[in-house]
Amino acid sequence: MAFLQEHILSLILFSPVAGALLVFLVPGDRVRSIRWVAFLASLVPLGLSLWLWFAFDPGMQGYQFVEQAIWYEAINSSYHLGVDGISVPMVLLTTLLTPLAILISWSVEQNVRTYMMLFLMLATGMLGVFMSLDLLLFFVFWEVGLIPMYFLINQWGSENREYASFKFLIYTMAGSLGLLLAIQLIGVAAGTFDLITITQQWSTLSQPLTMLGLPITLSIATVKKIAFWAFVVAFAIKVPVWPFHTWLPDAHTEAPTAGSMILAGVLLKLGAYGFLRLILPLYPVEAKFYAGVLALLATLAIVLGAFAAWGQDDFKRLVAYSSVNHMGFVVLGIAAAAFAQATPLVADGVIAVNGAVLQMFNHGLSAAGMFLLVGVVYDRAHTRDLNKLGGLFPLAPMYGGILIFTAMASLGLPGLNGFVSEFLVVRGAWPVFSFYTALSMLGLLITGAYILKGIAKVLHGPLNEEWVGHEMEINRREILAMAPLMVLMLFIGVWPKWILSVINETVLRLFG
Amino acid sequence: MQIETLIWLIPLPPLLAFFMIVLGAYRSNRISHSIAIGSMLLSWGGAMFVFWRAITADDLGQHPFNSTISWLPTGETAFNLGVLIDPLSAITLFFVAWTCLAIFIYSVGYHNFGKPRDERDRAGLPPQAGGIEPMYARFFAFISLFAFGMLTLVLSDNLLLLFIGWEIMGLCSYLLIGFWYGKPSARDAMVKAFMTTRVGDVFMLLGLAYLYSATGTLSYREILFNEPTLEMLASTASVIPALSTAGLVGLLLFIGTVGKSAQWPLHVWLPDAMEGPTPVSAMIHAATMVSAGVYLIVRTFPLLTAGWHAGGALTPTMTVIAFIGAFTALFAATIAVAQNDVKRVLAYSTISQLGYMVAAVGIGAFVAAAFHLVTHAFFKALLFLGSGSVIHGMEHGVHDTHEHVDPQDMFNMGGLRKKMPVTFWTFLIGGFALSGFPILTAGFWSKDEILADAFAHHQWAVFITLAVAALLTAFYTMRQITLTFLGEHRTKAAAHAHESVWTMTLPLVILSVFALGIGWLGIPEGFPAIGGLIPNWFHDFIGGSLPEHPETIAFNAVPLLVSIGVALGGLLLGWLTYRRVPAGGEDPLKKPLGPVFKVLQNKYYFDEFYAAFIVRPAYWLAETFTYRWIDRGVIDGFLHWTGRTSLKIGSFLRNAIDIPIVNGAGDLVGEGVKKAGHRFRVIQTGRVQEYLIIGIVFTGIIISYLLVFRP
Repeated sequence: MAFLQEHILSLILFSPVAGALLVFLVPGDRVRSIRWVAFLASLVPLGLSLWLWFAFDPGMQGYQFVEQAIWYEAINSSYHLGVDGISVPMVLLTTLLTPLAILISWSVEQNVRTYMMLFLMLATGMLGVFMSLDLLLFFVFWEVGLIPMYFLINQWGSENREYASFKFLIYTMAGSLGLLLAIQLIGVAAGTFDLITITQQWSTLSQPLTMLGLPITLSIATVKKIAFWAFVVAFAIKVPVWPFHTWLPDAHTEAPTAGSMILAGVLLKLGAYGFLRLILPLYPVEAKFYAGVLALLATLAIVLGAFAAWGQDDFKRLVAYSSVNHMGFVVLGIAAAAFAQATPLVADGVIAVNGAVLQMFNHGLSAAGMFLLVGVVYDRAHTRDLNKLGGLFPLAPMYGGILIFTAMASLGLPGLNGFVSEFLVVRGAWPVFSFYTALSMLGLLITGAYILKGIAKVLHGPLNEEWVGHEMEINRREILAMAPLMVLMLFIGVWPKWILSVINETVLRLFG
Repeated sequence: MQIETLIWLIPLPPLLAFFMIVLGAYRSNRISHSIAIGSMLLSWGGAMFVFWRAITADDLGQHPFNSTISWLPTGETAFNLGVLIDPLSAITLFFVAWTCLAIFIYSVGYHNFGKPRDERDRAGLPPQAGGIEPMYARFFAFISLFAFGMLTLVLSDNLLLLFIGWEIMGLCSYLLIGFWYGKPSARDAMVKAFMTTRVGDVFMLLGLAYLYSATGTLSYREILFNEPTLEMLASTASVIPALSTAGLVGLLLFIGTVGKSAQWPLHVWLPDAMEGPTPVSAMIHAATMVSAGVYLIVRTFPLLTAGWHAGGALTPTMTVIAFIGAFTALFAATIAVAQNDVKRVLAYSTISQLGYMVAAVGIGAFVAAAFHLVTHAFFKALLFLGSGSVIHGMEHGVHDTHEHVDPQDMFNMGGLRKKMPVTFWTFLIGGFALSGFPILTAGFWSKDEILADAFAHHQWAVFITLAVAALLTAFYTMRQITLTFLGEHRTKAAAHAHESVWTMTLPLVILSVFALGIGWLGIPEGFPAIGGLIPNWFHDFIGGSLPEHPETIAFNAVPLLVSIGVALGGLLLGWLTYRRVPAGGEDPLKKPLGPVFKVLQNKYYFDEFYAAFIVRPAYWLAETFTYRWIDRGVIDGFLHWTGRTSLKIGSFLRNAIDIPIVNGAGDLVGEGVKKAGHRFRVIQTGRVQEYLIIGIVFTGIIISYLLVFRP
């Protein structure tokens, strides 16, 4: 028990890799065994992070379950892990979505072993980002999360996968380069990569930076400024903040179903997490200065994302664009908090960040659910064209019910999860950015339009004779994958306190 | 059990029923409807008990039943959520429980329970020939969820929980309008209803956020009974300089009402909502959900009227509310005159009556608005259920005679009073209540009170508009009654219609009792002859919902006479005009009104206008502008340009620098060595003799060099 207590984060972090090794040991042609081994292996981190969730003490100051070990001693970078009330929900989300995504990957038939291994490694990459307290470690995991996704899209995607995976890779790599530069600069300037130490010393740094013995010296202010913009670009691409978003619809649409689930469910959160973990604490002044611009971009993402989603005829692309719209609320909340710091509006900022973090979790549930359901209909009809679907409700009543439920969660129907977080963001952002908040209501309206378009064009209308006689109904395995998502959507909608009280304590300490 | 605990429990049975039906009970129709009706009975029983406790409590307004829990942590504070029974919610709970129960029972008969399943019927389309509805269980699941939403809304002690109930009802309304989703018209109507009301909802959400930011709470009691807070809201300027904070918040909330209660200019969804099954129209689109919009502004009355004193000039917000309400009342009444579909007439009549209530709130007539809300819920639910019974009877007729006529068109009916006596008499009661038939009906008392209030406070424009609307109301109601029930059968189908089953007629009878009797609870004390015989209980009771009891207005004969005159006059005119419409005859108003009639028939072309100027441009903005131009064109265009440019730079570097210079230099070295080696290869013959000769030659040369040239 003590071992578990002390190494829980490492166990969660590396159990997917262990699972991947296990999968590697299964002969490649025994597809059934590979699937089950991968699925069962992915349940291990889920179980562990459930333990973590209940063992986590929201009231405690600072990071918990901290682990530190020597890594690159020469440059003062260590293996340093820890979680607080913002990262614990993200860890839970990641470990929850991974088994569900694997469960929905039964339809993958080529190179199943490689696929499953990549998936499990992807989980480690994402978990590492949420747990790292060392910037170099943070960067390493950031990249580890990128590469498997590239291969998943490139190898198992649909028609236009070459273009989409390339766009995804180049775009995020461009961000990563800046991230690496920023981390190096900070590391050299501070003499360490340890996030906690850097945060403490941050304001007292003064020694100008000499680069590689070259006759260039950078003042600390310049270093900070360069690092700020590098961070912003890297995280803005990942979220994505408008106008850096066009990689998203392509990548999401072309990725295999499970890939889209993880991409929308977790990978996008890495960007928002970066804003909360690095930019806001390290750059309160700059963040406040540019908060207005960020809020504007967030509003554009909300409004234009919704409009673009409404204009789609491809069901999956419609859902993909909905991510732009929903993540806009996350960024709006973050921007409001950035502006509200050290002003009388600080209490509103706390509410906004509470909403933003909860929205990250909620969007993880609903986007993953929506992509799963798009995948279900694509598996059967082999088309995602909304104009060819329609009238499926009588053929798949259970699927229809589940789709409507999930779509309503995505729409932000009160009583389900999305509403709570959107309301908190709107409530928190209103006193700070009244105009942008009012404008984002247009996005909320159009959210209704695209969600209803999707439902009407898939389920409703005259019975579609083309699919009569085909098995269109959702199967048990798929329902099993949807069930946890739906339960959580309802539970958070009805009783948000269980998760929000964890988030709230940390947010209050960081931004209150 | 504590009364507060009971209040928490009231909305839950229908919710449980919903989940039970959806998760398994749907396999049996009988079990499904038993669960649904049983759960509604439980809620109804709880509601009646709470209502009884409420009316027997001492000064409920000051000491309401209230209970809260902490729901949402928000930084240092938390958002508390709870239930509240004060006079207004008690009386609303009363009519909601009754109408919902009546409609649940009615639905059993309406969906042909007990008849065999017709093999030709398909899920998603209405039964063709009297077979049981294929999605019978699903219907009961949806209306149960709806009842949960409505009860939650009524029992809430704050605006957020109200909004939650409000939206859950919105979802159910959407699902039920599109219950027969196989019809393209129903599919379009469901989306239209959801989207139109959503316009109001997003404004309302903004209003909630604003109010919450300004006061730190959304609880009714903490805001509405808090004089300093109201004063602060009324005296601080909002983000829009011309309005106070209270004024702007009130306006934002009111836009929510405009959407939900289908007021002009967001009225367009309600008539189309008649695509849903009739019990849905009765429950959602007459008695409960659309009333919720009015309930909101009645509930937040102290906030909407903050800064206004009885008898004083209206605040800008109140003026807007009064205008929208009065205008809608008249506007919708004119459309109702020219509609032939029996349900659509009622739909427009609902819009018009809700306009009355809104106008009443706008002029500060709190009690009158609440009163009309209650009476209208009963008589309008009655009328809708009656029309459903008529349609049912007509459908039987159509089926029996194989005559292809529209069973909902009133011009195909006539003479149904003998065929469907219970439906006729109850419909007559409902219709007379709607028209405001003097003394006997509930509608008279509540409508009269609104007119009297407008008159007493010199709101002439509102008074005249509402009086004209009342005349039209009586006229179109009598038109409907005459065309449907009186005279002779105009089709064979009408001649073969027959009375509906008892599960349908029993609710009609129950509701007609209320449509008559509920008005007697609010007879003004100054009324000639009968005033004061029964105490004006309604005024005393409901007045407790406000921080200060509203004053009763002095009796005046003018509005009373106007009210009686327009009601009787309208009824008479309607009867005279329509009593002799022959089979196949056209509307007697068509000729005299000419083009005006066509405009009315086409609802002032609002649908066409919105389609052309709002929906289509918005979709263009979505599909063409945002997606094709901005995302695909500009942003991706820039990215692709960057990509291509990088590629060009790359190929320049390769073709202009790498290949000729870098490669060239490297190649020069490599190739040079290679070439030299190639040249020298000729001497690599492999013959030892030749190597020896070369060796001797070279040795000779070196020795010569050493000997001869070395100094």
